[in-house]
Amino acid sequence: MSVLVYVEAVDGKYKKTAYEACSYGFRLAQMNSANLVALTNADSQTASELASYGVKTVVCFQSEDLHDSAVLSSIIADAAAKYVANAVILTDDSRSKALLGRLAVKLDASAVSGASSLPESASEFQVSKSIFSSKAIGHYSLDSAKKVISVARNSVGIHENAADLSHEEFDASGYTSSIELIEVKRVKGTVPLPEAELVVSAGRGMKDPGNWGIVEELADTLGATTACSRPVSDSGWRPHHEHVGQTGIAIKPNLYIAIGISGAIQHLAGVNNSKTIVVINKDPEAPFFKAADYGVVGDLFDVVPRLSEAIKRQKNS
Amino acid sequence: MNLLVCISKTPETTAKIDFVNDSKEFNTEGVQYIMNPYDEWYALVRAIELKEALGGTVTAINVGPAANDIIIRKALAIGADEAVRIDAEASSASFVAKQISAYASDKSFDIIFTGKESIDYNGSLVGSMLAEYLGLPFLSYVSKLDINDGKATVSCDIEGGVELMSLNPPFVLSAAKGLAEQRIPNMRGIMMAKRKPLNAVEAVEHNDSTRVVRYSMPPEKSGVKLVDPENMDELVRLLHEEAKVI
Ligand SMILES: Cc1cc2nc3c(=O)[nH]c(=O)nc-3n(C[C@H](O)[C@H](O)[C@H](O)COP(=O)(O)OP(=O)(O)OC[C@H]3O[C@@H](n4cnc5c(N)ncnc54)[C@H](O)[C@@H]3O)c2cc1C
Repeated sequence: MSVLVYVEAVDGKYKKTAYEACSYGFRLAQMNSANLVALTNADSQTASELASYGVKTVVCFQSEDLHDSAVLSSIIADAAAKYVANAVILTDDSRSKALLGRLAVKLDASAVSGASSLPESASEFQVSKSIFSSKAIGHYSLDSAKKVISVARNSVGIHENAADLSHEEFDASGYTSSIELIEVKRVKGTVPLPEAELVVSAGRGMKDPGNWGIVEELADTLGATTACSRPVSDSGWRPHHEHVGQTGIAIKPNLYIAIGISGAIQHLAGVNNSKTIVVINKDPEAPFFKAADYGVVGDLFDVVPRLSEAIKRQKNS
Repeated sequence: MNLLVCISKTPETTAKIDFVNDSKEFNTEGVQYIMNPYDEWYALVRAIELKEALGGTVTAINVGPAANDIIIRKALAIGADEAVRIDAEASSASFVAKQISAYASDKSFDIIFTGKESIDYNGSLVGSMLAEYLGLPFLSYVSKLDINDGKATVSCDIEGGVELMSLNPPFVLSAAKGLAEQRIPNMRGIMMAKRKPLNAVEAVEHNDSTRVVRYSMPPEKSGVKLVDPENMDELVRLLHEEAKVI
């Protein structure tokens, strides 16, 4: 018996979420007195890193068709069968969103996407997950013998457990895709919003798209990623991929700085899982202050440049 | 093209979320319901646009009780041609996917649309389960879809970018922002919707193996600490020393 974790290296590197998924899988394996097996697209040298997070066996495969969930889910399901896995653990991201349901059907498994906790024990298998766009938490019971779970970022943490690693290969040459991948376009330089630990977000209080310089300056100073409220992206002031909230991207960074955003319930829904929230707004009655850890009541056009200066001073001290 | 759009009913976005019966049930009292925004704004509208450009039929499908008909009629008012309601409580993602796959299996739909997630349980599971039940390709978080000479070109949102792909129908997709612009139903649409077919069909047998057994509320914030707007050094100090986030 084993727990199988699927972790993908992007451009030959693992993200933090891969280590979180391994850590989750390791603790699950411990509960079941099982081994943690990692299935990965990386080369065996890169894959060796996983030994630090409790992985006992690393299984490398090669495929040009990771973009096709039919292919990738078949590879994972076949590896799960080969290693007699009773649980398959994934990172929670765009890839797993396409895989999780397929795997659940293939393996006849219970499935939870974005689990934020481990079960208390292997016999009473319940995990929690943020629902109603982070307004509530659902406690899910996974009743099938097999489980498929993706692990919400920044929820269970990374735990180091050095293990002796054995390397194996999985032959994925026999799987064929019906989807042609033409191109992968990624923005260069900044951390993608769903993965950012520091986020600087601005709303309609900015008045005009031409005023975003001070927001970008703050984001650059912090090494943060920029985001925005829905009306800002709907009016074309900022690109769609910056829209956070109930109908945009849900994020969970360490720091969320909200500038000229009122804090409508639909906005809060996507951001209130952030660890620390700073609100800058000239209206002391803005609802966002109720959801904030730190608040600055003031004109953003004064406050934001001042904050950038203060961060530069702190960095130089 | 023969297009199927899966629509789900969710609480309105400002609905008060709380729970009753020992926190085992969602409190539906006073809750207004809407069509899940991703289904309405992007999936449904893109399907209608494709039909307008290429001809064909748009069928909206929902798994739920008769009370959902009002939401299904809205889909017809926006421009779907006909609708189907599978008469059962939508108890889980796998239940819904199973029902829709049972309905769709002999209807040769070219594209089956779902929203990227429902805004209540945020599972993002129905689309990929449906694709697997039907043995079809699945594209998730589609923010662009074009059909040329029968072949589809799609952009799928990934972290910090998009994957651009091409494939032949039939397939299943989940719709994300960018795929289309929201359409508000007009008077004519609302009148016509009343005469469009909405058929209720029986559900097939399916057991749920993933259940919500209890609900809870996230921990509340302990209250905001206000910082003097003249003193941003203090805010930086708090973020560094107290919150330890920078
Ligand atoms: C179905 C539905 C889904 C939605 N989904 C989302 C979503 O996903 N994400 C989202 O963000 N919204 C969403 N909304 C919209 C939401 O209800 C609000 O309308 C929106 O969040 C408001 O954006 P805002 O805070 O930028 O603008 P406003 O509400 O206009 O707030 C602007 C704020 O800026 C402040 N301000 C103005 N000038 C200054 C200044 N000089 N200095 C400092 N502060 C200033 C004002 O005091 C005000 O608080 C949704 C709405 C609906 C109906």
